[in-house]
Amino acid sequence: MRSVVLAEGRKLRRPTLLLSTLATVTALTGLFTSLVFLRINSGQNTRRGASISALQLSQATGLTYGFKLVGVFLGLVALCIFASQTAQEYTYGTLRNLLVRQPSRMKILFGKFISMALFAALMVSFAGVVSIALSYLLSGKAKVDTTKWGSSQALHLLGQTTLNLFIATICYGLLGMILGLFFRSPISAISIGVLWSLILENILGAVISSTMKWLPAANFSNIGEGGSVAASYQHSLFVSALYIFVGGSIAAALFKRRDVAN
Amino acid sequence: MNKSAITVSGLSKVYGDRPAISDAHFDVPVGSICGFVGPNGSGKTTTIRMLLGLITPTQGSAMVLGESIKHPEKYLPKVGAMIEGPAFYPALSGAENLRVLADLGGFPISRVPQLLEKVGLAERGKSKYKTYSLGMKQRLGIAAALLPNPELLILDEPTNGLDPSGIQEIRELLRELSKLGTTVFVSSHLLSELEMICDHLVMLRLGKVIFTGLTHELLAAQSPLIVATPEYEVDLTKLVKIVEDSGHSVQVKEGSLHINSAPEWSATLNRLAFDSGITLKSISPIMPTLEETFFEMTEDQK
Repeated sequence: MRSVVLAEGRKLRRPTLLLSTLATVTALTGLFTSLVFLRINSGQNTRRGASISALQLSQATGLTYGFKLVGVFLGLVALCIFASQTAQEYTYGTLRNLLVRQPSRMKILFGKFISMALFAALMVSFAGVVSIALSYLLSGKAKVDTTKWGSSQALHLLGQTTLNLFIATICYGLLGMILGLFFRSPISAISIGVLWSLILENILGAVISSTMKWLPAANFSNIGEGGSVAASYQHSLFVSALYIFVGGSIAAALFKRRDVAN
Repeated sequence: MNKSAITVSGLSKVYGDRPAISDAHFDVPVGSICGFVGPNGSGKTTTIRMLLGLITPTQGSAMVLGESIKHPEKYLPKVGAMIEGPAFYPALSGAENLRVLADLGGFPISRVPQLLEKVGLAERGKSKYKTYSLGMKQRLGIAAALLPNPELLILDEPTNGLDPSGIQEIRELLRELSKLGTTVFVSSHLLSELEMICDHLVMLRLGKVIFTGLTHELLAAQSPLIVATPEYEVDLTKLVKIVEDSGHSVQVKEGSLHINSAPEWSATLNRLAFDSGITLKSISPIMPTLEETFFEMTEDQK
């Protein structure tokens, strides 16, 4: 297993992938964190029109406010990376090389997952660092008192948010990996995953609002937010685990049994 | 000790209702260079994929290095393979692609520069794979196959895209590996190449094994020819009669006689022609090539 993790790590740390991912994460985190501070008290600085004031941001929760907002996008970045890293083994024909050097297909699959999970952890941590640094930078101009951001409660919330965002990102990533194994094409897997998560789920939710509680991407995002009024954190964890378990089992069984004939 | 590096017994693979390979039986002796010959679609790659555990046989069994193909993990660490052309990550360099496979197989990374040197890619090891020419990609594929320092090397069309000097280098490399005890199982459509390096052959046609054995035995079993050309074309008819009276079959092609006979009969023919007042401009015994034999055999099977 260690050998697969190392091998996959070589592919993931290639400069073009690593730097472009970190640049994307920086841009998204920068955008969302900046918007929170630049549009303070305007009524347009958070999701769905809810307003946040300088006083609210000066609470312990203010430290991770921008970080939390970027959660769903970190998930989508992970979905794209996990899907392409999995499906490209088919399109490049490199799967046969991997299987000749490591015949255990389950070791290949789990090794790939562990390696990509480490990559996702780096991505989430990096987003956290960028968001917090920007929050401190922008707090002065926005007249936000940061005294409480150094409290133990704020640090505890930071740890919790990082963990929740990591779980949510992994869920999105696993969805990408499952789609990659099903479709064996990065373009198909990514387009279907992003289309479903960003558009189709929202249309379904708009038509029948009760479905949002049971849709995969909505629950992954809810984990990142630490739960909501509509669905508890535990509910989202359970529903997400169920989706991942069922989808993952089918995809893994297919991967294990399917002939590698391309 | 097992004397066969590969033993295939009744191996079949059926896709839907189309058999890719049917009831194949053959052995590849340890230390040999064995050619795997057959037209496109004859089942070569399917067989190789089954031997490497990439696809499951519909029927039959096979042993590789003394282990069943049901347990590829037992023999693949000692096998190097390049299947259906090289396949690597375009955004990684040649060296980094090899390092990925070295990590995966648990082989020392120090082998990477050595192998790049061996296949003539030392200068371009740091270049991205997507910038490689077809010949360079092929060389990288061979380097990857050599990573485990294999006991058995399975190569599918290794000379595709190589220039004549590249083909010669690969030929020398395979000979060198064979001398060191590596068994080489190589498929190629360049039959003249295989004839030069292979001591054993497995010949396929339409998913069936039509020959398996020593290359020289196959060639010896085919009728050799003597090509004789008289000095004057008017003597052709007279010479044909001499040959036919001696009990040999003959064909006239472009002013020459193509006589089905052993090379030793050349001297007798020369004497008979001289006694009849015919001067031969040239007389040469010709052994059949693998290519001619292959076409003859596959034609016979139609």
